[in-house]
Amino acid sequence: MSQKIKDASIPTIPFKARFSRWFGRNLLRIYMIFGFTYLFIPVAYTFAFSFNDSGKSNLIWKGFTLRNWQNPCGAPEVCSALGNSIKIGLLATTFSTILGTMIAFAIGRYAFKGRSSSNLLIFLPMATPEVVLGASLLSLFLVFKINPGFWPTVIAHVMFCISFVVVTVKARIASLDPRLEQAAMDLYANELETFRRVTLPLVAPGIAGAALLAFSLSFDDFIITNFNSGTLMTFPKFVYVSAARGIPAQANVIGSSMFFLALAIVIAGQLVNRKKVR
Amino acid sequence: MSSDAISARGDLRLTRITKSYGDFKAVDDLTLTIPKGSFFALLGPSGCGKTTTLRMVAGLEEPTVGSIHLGDTDITTTRPYQRPINTVFQNYALFPHLTIFENIAFGLRRRGIKDVKEQVDKVLNLVELPHLAGRKPTQLSGGQQQRIALARAIVNRPALLLLDEPLGALDLKLRRQMQIELKWIQREVGLTFVHVTHDQEEAMTMADTIAVMNEGKIEQMGSPADLYDNPETAFVANFLGQSNLIKGKIDGNDGDNLIVDLFGQKISMPKKRSHAVDTSLYAGIRPEKFRISLLGTAVKGNTLTGGRIEDVSYIGVSTQYVVAMPWGQELMVFEQNDDGVPPFDKGDEVLISWEPSFTFGLRGDEDIEAGTEVNPEELEGE
Amino acid sequence: MTLPKVRVPYLLLLPGFAFLFTFFILPIINLAQTSTQTPVKGGDTGQYEQTFAFGNYITAFTENKEQFARSFIFATFSTVLALAIAYPLAYAIAFKAGKFKNILLVLVVAPFFTSFLLRTIAWKQILGEEGFVVPGLRSLHIISQQTTLTSTSFAVVAGMTYNFLPFMTLPLYASLERIDPRTIEAAGDLYANGITAFRRVTVPLSMPGVVAGTLLTFIPAAGDYVNAAILGSPTSKMVGNVIESRYFKIVDYPTAAALSFTLMAAILILVTLYIRKAGTEELV
Repeated sequence: MSQKIKDASIPTIPFKARFSRWFGRNLLRIYMIFGFTYLFIPVAYTFAFSFNDSGKSNLIWKGFTLRNWQNPCGAPEVCSALGNSIKIGLLATTFSTILGTMIAFAIGRYAFKGRSSSNLLIFLPMATPEVVLGASLLSLFLVFKINPGFWPTVIAHVMFCISFVVVTVKARIASLDPRLEQAAMDLYANELETFRRVTLPLVAPGIAGAALLAFSLSFDDFIITNFNSGTLMTFPKFVYVSAARGIPAQANVIGSSMFFLALAIVIAGQLVNRKKVR
Repeated sequence: MSSDAISARGDLRLTRITKSYGDFKAVDDLTLTIPKGSFFALLGPSGCGKTTTLRMVAGLEEPTVGSIHLGDTDITTTRPYQRPINTVFQNYALFPHLTIFENIAFGLRRRGIKDVKEQVDKVLNLVELPHLAGRKPTQLSGGQQQRIALARAIVNRPALLLLDEPLGALDLKLRRQMQIELKWIQREVGLTFVHVTHDQEEAMTMADTIAVMNEGKIEQMGSPADLYDNPETAFVANFLGQSNLIKGKIDGNDGDNLIVDLFGQKISMPKKRSHAVDTSLYAGIRPEKFRISLLGTAVKGNTLTGGRIEDVSYIGVSTQYVVAMPWGQELMVFEQNDDGVPPFDKGDEVLISWEPSFTFGLRGDEDIEAGTEVNPEELEGE
Repeated sequence: MTLPKVRVPYLLLLPGFAFLFTFFILPIINLAQTSTQTPVKGGDTGQYEQTFAFGNYITAFTENKEQFARSFIFATFSTVLALAIAYPLAYAIAFKAGKFKNILLVLVVAPFFTSFLLRTIAWKQILGEEGFVVPGLRSLHIISQQTTLTSTSFAVVAGMTYNFLPFMTLPLYASLERIDPRTIEAAGDLYANGITAFRRVTVPLSMPGVVAGTLLTFIPAAGDYVNAAILGSPTSKMVGNVIESRYFKIVDYPTAAALSFTLMAAILILVTLYIRKAGTEELV
């Protein structure tokens, strides 16, 4: 091999050009690092302060402790608020997923008169500010002399979750190849069997995604809940109300746990997907 | 009624089938009988109605008018799952959430068949893919998916197997291989195959009988040789292979032959190969039937003089010539290079001759451009 | 199946739509009729009668001009900021992430699994006296010793931008991801340098995502009041705060209703103008 030939024949790139090229290529990477750091600052802060030996007021760092994690229900009301949020979330998810999936099938599968108006009706709640949604529902309850509380909150949550469920499931239905159902019927499956054995299994991931979305929207909701829950305490309400005097570190514990739990679920979902394709 | 349909057997008979979408007739008054046990091809350009016809036979569409019979049973309105007919779809339509085994077993299970495993294994061996039973469709190559789609249909021993351009997505070599395999499987299993395609070579290779469709109607039906040697319309003449169509006038007859005047030059052709209705006709000759000779050579059969070679294309197996005739038309000639490359160059003045019995005659009012358009969708194997 | 095929979609829609009608349409209608009521003379608080007082709208708007303006200005600022922050991020994930795409997407959305309130309150602490940002900036003499960041408009906008970031990032990503990189290569082949290709090919092709993202950010931002409540001061209220207080602090349902409709109408007008200018198909 002619390694002996001097490299003088190969032109070298001046340093300035090399640096600017490196910078240009890595500019986005550098930005991403800053971007993700920015995104995670409050999360890191919340997580860090969950270890704060703070007593009732979690404003200043007092010392490291594991006690909060060992006793997450230590602060009064934290766990009952969390329990309410979970109960409401599960109920709202169940009903909105069922109702929303039915609507999604109707709009996504059939051409019928009033289809575009239906689309509009689904779009409207998503375009209405939460303040208005919450306030109008409260007004209605007051007119019918229904006091705000647990069930009005569930109703409110179902109401604003339906649209999101419809959009999510509809997208999944749209990506379904109609020829698969034709193939099923070609292979002796009647309409019901086709739905059960081909359509539903293939739409299921979309429905699961919609349910997860509905639950997280419900769990994290504050504004609409605030209007319709009366004296019932939910987790976001609890955080808001305790903000003035300092949120107990247990709330940080719960917040961080939700973060890790959700992260785990999503990553598990990704891994399952990857396995399926493999 | 429905349980009768599923056990129906016999010839497939389409009687005066029309499928309209508003004013548009996708299939126009079609009547067709497909004999039991044959390999039948529906050939035509995209949009000619062949896929619509297939779907009506499968039950995935209903005809606007007309009836479909399988043997003596009227299946016009029966649902797809009540018909003993299975389809191999163009994109295979394998169920992505089921394993290969379950895909193939699907039809058997719906029908309540007991020895599922045995039948699935048998058909997997037939398509030579027994090791893929546990995989999912996304893990298979295109060629493997195609064979599984076939297996999934065949395992049900349908009275009729419909194939909707099943080889379109495969590359050339694989396609050729599958064409041979499909033919073999059809003979082996003894089912009636109805194959829909726009690829005329594919149809001619595989089918016993071809029906050429255009704009919702059947232009001509027959064996590949019949259609190729004796086309009845310009569409068939141009769609299957290539043709030279020369405008002419019938000038008399000579026993079993017609004398035809082509721009002042006289040729003869068998009467029974003419479909002209009056004295005007188009004389049709396939390019490979022409012989080129230099001026002054002694030739036999029909002769046309005054030609000049405009283009020479060497293809390896053959050489293709474009010959300009005195009346302005350019004729295509294919000469085999079986004796080395023929000694003709661009600019040579030549004679064209051919055996008269190879001539076919089309009506004088035919549109000679029919069937010649290249549809861009066909090019990419849509 | 014996169900006539025509009936099926309507049957499927019935329960969901009945629910939405009762708990979305009806309340809005009720809100409309509340907005034109006036307090009963001599009645208790909370008692109103229908007087078709359309003047309520004018009063509501003029009394809260400042809050309306603030809401829309804040919403615009945070939308623009969110776009500026999210676009390069979405671009980086769509084009430069390779096999890490999915992981990065999850990481973009992950912070928003913690409670919305916890995040906002975290920012309040971080930007407050006890945090590290303000003392740090002070020691670097970037801001004076008296400046605080909490209870400022700056903090409110910063909070809103942060909280609505995923609503901007995801549609942007979806749109950018759909762009065939070969179109950008084609631009290069046709004499466009990197920046020109970006401007003339990438940006126009990502417009559907930009439109969707800005709408999904602006609409909730205009109606938000939590960021303002936590990160703002009593003087920097938004329309949402006013509406909330008219329900719970000073009971004045007609005004609250009128404000709600005015807010919705304003949003609708802006959105319609925006969509017409941007030109887009179905968003749903």
